[in-house]
Amino acid sequence: MKVITIHRGADDAPALEGCDEDSGIVRKVDLPLARREFLKGSGILMGTLATGSVVASLAPSNVWALELKTLSTAEGEAIMAMGRVLYPHAKLPDAVYALLSKALDGKAAGDAAAAKSLREGIAQLDQKAGGSFAKAGGAKKLEVVKSLEGTPFFGMVRGQCITALYDNDMAFAVFGYPGSAWEKGGYITRGFQDLKWLPNPPAEASPPPYMG
Amino acid sequence: MAKFEYTDESVVVVIGSGAGGGTLANELCQKGIKVVLLEAGARQSTASFINDEWKSFSQLAWLDARTTSGSWRVAKDFAGLPAWICKTVGGSTTHWAGASLRFQEHEFRARTTYGQIDGTNLLDWPVTLQELEPYYAKAENKMGVTRTNGIPGLPGNNNFKVLHAGAKKLGYKEVNTGRMAINSQPRDGRGRCMQLGFCFQGCKSGAKWSTLYTEIPKAEATGNLDLRTQAHVTRIDHDNSGKVTAVTYMDGAGKEQRQSARLVCVAGNSIETPRLLLMSASDMFKDGLANSSGQVGRNYMRHMTGSVYAAFKNPVHMYRGTTMAGIIQDEAAHNPKRGFAGGYEMETLALGIPFMAAFLNPGGWGADFAWWMEHYVQTAGMWLVGEDMPRETNRVTLNTSVKDQWGNPAPNVHFDDHPNDIAMRNHAFKQGEEVYKAAGAIKTFRTPPYPSTHNMGTCRMSAKASEGVVNKWGQTHDIDNLFISDGSQFTTGGAENPTLTIVTLAIRQADYIAKQMTARAI
Repeated sequence: MKVITIHRGADDAPALEGCDEDSGIVRKVDLPLARREFLKGSGILMGTLATGSVVASLAPSNVWALELKTLSTAEGEAIMAMGRVLYPHAKLPDAVYALLSKALDGKAAGDAAAAKSLREGIAQLDQKAGGSFAKAGGAKKLEVVKSLEGTPFFGMVRGQCITALYDNDMAFAVFGYPGSAWEKGGYITRGFQDLKWLPNPPAEASPPPYMG
Repeated sequence: MAKFEYTDESVVVVIGSGAGGGTLANELCQKGIKVVLLEAGARQSTASFINDEWKSFSQLAWLDARTTSGSWRVAKDFAGLPAWICKTVGGSTTHWAGASLRFQEHEFRARTTYGQIDGTNLLDWPVTLQELEPYYAKAENKMGVTRTNGIPGLPGNNNFKVLHAGAKKLGYKEVNTGRMAINSQPRDGRGRCMQLGFCFQGCKSGAKWSTLYTEIPKAEATGNLDLRTQAHVTRIDHDNSGKVTAVTYMDGAGKEQRQSARLVCVAGNSIETPRLLLMSASDMFKDGLANSSGQVGRNYMRHMTGSVYAAFKNPVHMYRGTTMAGIIQDEAAHNPKRGFAGGYEMETLALGIPFMAAFLNPGGWGADFAWWMEHYVQTAGMWLVGEDMPRETNRVTLNTSVKDQWGNPAPNVHFDDHPNDIAMRNHAFKQGEEVYKAAGAIKTFRTPPYPSTHNMGTCRMSAKASEGVVNKWGQTHDIDNLFISDGSQFTTGGAENPTLTIVTLAIRQADYIAKQMTARAI
């Protein structure tokens, strides 16, 4: 059996050339690994998940970042803020609203007309808020969004929210919906009729489950 | 699987493999008749079904181009989705909830019972409950309907407990877990319900009856079934004598094929079936096949529907278990003192988070909407389903401005509620709210009709050829060897979920077809 010693430090390190080295050396490489350079998108949304939140308990890390291909960071943040006005959930983390920006960003990347409508709509949000929609107060934001009701931009964003905000594991966890059930054997032994705050129906109305 | 030649003129061609087509195909195969079953969709299975609302919807739903018009709210909120029905082997029996109720006696005599109502096209069926009773019994046995054939009712889930408690407090008497085609115990080689809660997404345990894993495999076992999937029929051809002779379809590779037929039975559900007849117009039949009455596509019914959701102080977890095993039947009778003709059923219903967001209040947003999503685990729900009025102007037509993937005109569904529908819906909404208030609801919500899951009437049965499309056997008045085998046959909609009656009519139609074929009449 071949043994490869792991070297640390430069002292006994042989010179390295390629990937096939029979060397266990773990060398320090001088790469300028800045996050902004590493991700090549037009914008980036970042955030953290609150420690102890139900979402944080499911995530591999409580730091998240989302790359945008077409929208800028500011545009992405404006969309997130609009999402929070349309569907205000204090318990839903920014990470969920970032999914709205991601979805619309994806739409914009593939459709020039959609991109234009989005950009113009976001510009309108900022203009109506007196500068920055994302930084405006709650009442102002609501007023601005209401004023855009009925416009194609409003329809595009609101419509996207339905799947972006509500069709993901984070939202399921926050709202208490367990999702897929078959692989857990369904609910026949997991509380499908466990409600105790109302009387049980009589057997004629609701016979007992067949358990073999 | 049998393989019949394209040129085999002795086969029966059945179009659509759902409750009507799948059942008819099996019944004919059991009698030794060769069937080519053409299904536009692909073949799924309990293994490939997905417990995910949107993913399942993409897998099973009919999503070919459709348009809507009329004053119904579906045309505004879901302009391209008039119906939530299926394009898959098994058709909408993959997606349905399993509710299996017989029509009431008077519902077959709707015109006589309700009288002449302005703005409706009410008509009595040319068949009575008495004539259908032996076939209803066969269907209930075939499907394993609970509370029939010695099959125990299903156990009620939390959603049912809430419904039951409120209903009883309000004074309703006919409240139980319903007649469901879902095994409460093992039966017919299928296990019993595991209360998965994804009935609408295809039953992964196979406890819910679907032609996909009952009728179709049984038909295959006879050696008389040639099921072709991704076979989308685009035209029915006829000869100079006006008999149908073949169907044209696009196969899975996008190539046009032509299958000869001794007779053709159309079971594409109530939008595609009339559409196909209209698309098959020719010099001889300028208004489409079997349309001398002008009624093909007309009298489209979708049942009076709506939902009531209610939030409580304590958890309900309505998503746990069967979607629809729970019913109040007290309002199903015809009781004109309420201010409308016909009746309605009140059935438990649950949606997951993704579909609650989409369907609770289409277009809704803001703090009120968010409140409902945040109270999801404390929410109970019911669906109201009642008899809507047939109207000549509620109809399926060909939209020549919008083409489908084959370049054929998309179907347009035009619908306007009749005042009777509106009065019934308002009554049902109110009663639904009262049930939940009696159970302790802190808030209730009136949800408008979903894209139609019940679609009926567009090739209706009639005694007189001038008033409908088919006779009491589903045989078209105009063309002896052309049959309609799905819910398009319904003269009126009754208050009951349609599937049991569709299966019943298919079993009976098979008997008739076999006799006619033996007698060489067709």
